Amino acid sequence: MELLNIALPKGRLGEKVYARFKAAGYPCPSIEEENRKLIFENPEAGVRYFWVKPSDAAIYVERGAADIGVAGKDILLEYEPEVYELADLGLGKCRMCVAAKKDFRDRMDRVLRVATKFPHIAGGYYASLSREIDIIHLNGSIEIAPILGLSDVIVDIVETGKTLLENDLEPKETIVPISARLIANRVSYKFKHEQIMELCRRMEALSEKG
Amino acid sequence: MNDSPIRRPDERAGLLLRELYRRHGYQSYRMSKFEPYDLYARNKSFLVSENILTFTDTDGRLMALKPDVTLSIIKNIQPSGQALEKVYYHENVYRTSPAAAGYREIMQTGLECTGALDLSAMGEVLALAAESLALLSEEYLLDLGHVGLVSGLLAEQESLEDGVRTALLGELGRKNAPAIRSLCAQAGLEHGLSEKLCRLSRLYGPPAQVLPQLETLAGGHEAMEALEELDGLCRILERLDLLERVRLDFSIVNDMRYYNGVIFRGYLPGLASGVLAGGRYDNLLRRMGKTGGAIGFAVYLDQLERLDQGGDYDVDVLLLYDPQDDPAAVAERARALAAEGRSVRVERAVPQRLRYRELVRFSEGGQM
Repeated sequence: MELLNIALPKGRLGEKVYARFKAAGYPCPSIEEENRKLIFENPEAGVRYFWVKPSDAAIYVERGAADIGVAGKDILLEYEPEVYELADLGLGKCRMCVAAKKDFRDRMDRVLRVATKFPHIAGGYYASLSREIDIIHLNGSIEIAPILGLSDVIVDIVETGKTLLENDLEPKETIVPISARLIANRVSYKFKHEQIMELCRRMEALSEKG
Repeated sequence: MNDSPIRRPDERAGLLLRELYRRHGYQSYRMSKFEPYDLYARNKSFLVSENILTFTDTDGRLMALKPDVTLSIIKNIQPSGQALEKVYYHENVYRTSPAAAGYREIMQTGLECTGALDLSAMGEVLALAAESLALLSEEYLLDLGHVGLVSGLLAEQESLEDGVRTALLGELGRKNAPAIRSLCAQAGLEHGLSEKLCRLSRLYGPPAQVLPQLETLAGGHEAMEALEELDGLCRILERLDLLERVRLDFSIVNDMRYYNGVIFRGYLPGLASGVLAGGRYDNLLRRMGKTGGAIGFAVYLDQLERLDQGGDYDVDVLLLYDPQDDPAAVAERARALAAEGRSVRVERAVPQRLRYRELVRFSEGGQM
């Protein structure tokens, strides 16, 4: 049987996700050794894992280099890749928020300046409110934008709110809750259907347990 | 199809497909590269991508490089009683894709069958879709769905807002059961309906396995009719030995303002997205002021170059000659090598980027 190619997001979330796959019966001993390799196989379990940048996981899956993968809902909402979204793993829970300085007064008579890594999500959210905004697309350290007066608010992921707090910011509105999702390439889903559904069932059973 | 003299899979497929459609009595349809922009602007949501390449014609009219073939064909057909209109085409279209920045030229081959459609006509189109895929790869899959099943379920919910409906269809297309559940809960839809939609999104498999499960899912008159139609189509395909590679899938949802009945997609192993898309689109005809039914499909040939497994060598033989060699004798030798069925490149020096299987020096009269 052909191996299932699985794209895992590098980093802390990826470790948790791999632990979930392992618990579901898809272990891969070589991935647990300390090394710099990027691709790991376990033919007995029928899987080949690889580590990719979290924001790229959906691209690997969309293009079929990976049959399945794990991506944050934030990435799926921002890039809208053509993939199947099979399960909510309940890992990496956080929310997409509008945050601003604690004393921020929202003036409705002005164009709102919004700094974000997620222009598509932010644009969609404010369009739904019929609010005119000026999007400032940044790639990191979003929190300093309102402090330096670059923007009025930020749209970003908030997990505990600690970073915001330390920078005198606070979440004002929640746009959407975020968590890690199990995604599948649309063509692999068809050609490797039994394998993918079996994996999906086992992962879902674990998610329900918590 | 590997012994064909034409190497490129997309070109070869284009020829084989056209021959298939011609053999089944479809007529070739050639159209102009340009159409007035109006035609597309009025039917934007029928198009795969909304971006249209436009220019101003010499008379000041805004024209478009056609992003789609179906609209042009439908515009020009005349309904004629019980007889059908059957045409095929092989045309370039111009559109953007989310994956590539900017416009691309995509070669597509397909057919349309319009008029007073019955099961027999629909069966023929589906069978031709399956045979088209079989020409491209023996391991193809043809996914078959029906718009009536989902719209039948949702039809009972008269108060359903358009936004919620669109969102539900979107999540159905992503097979995202958790999102369907939460959308239904937010919209105050009953639990039974929500579970039916979830199960429908996940159903996937051979008709013999899936059809019996559908009976408990289909609600209302529209859905029952859809089920009957699917059953009838599967019987036709079975008789033609084409059912084995058909899978039922109800997550294929297209804009219901255009599509109504069956809907299908074709896939080949090794290609990350579908190569064939089609369905029944009576509603488009109605929007364009015509009566009758229409069904058709398109095969996207641009992706097929990925299937080309050869390509380790540019030529079989590199024939090298010296300036003092007799040009006529060199030409004769090249002709003889080519006659053996090998590709020959004649050069005085080895080209830097050329990969060849064998090097032959003319002066030595033999092989190195």
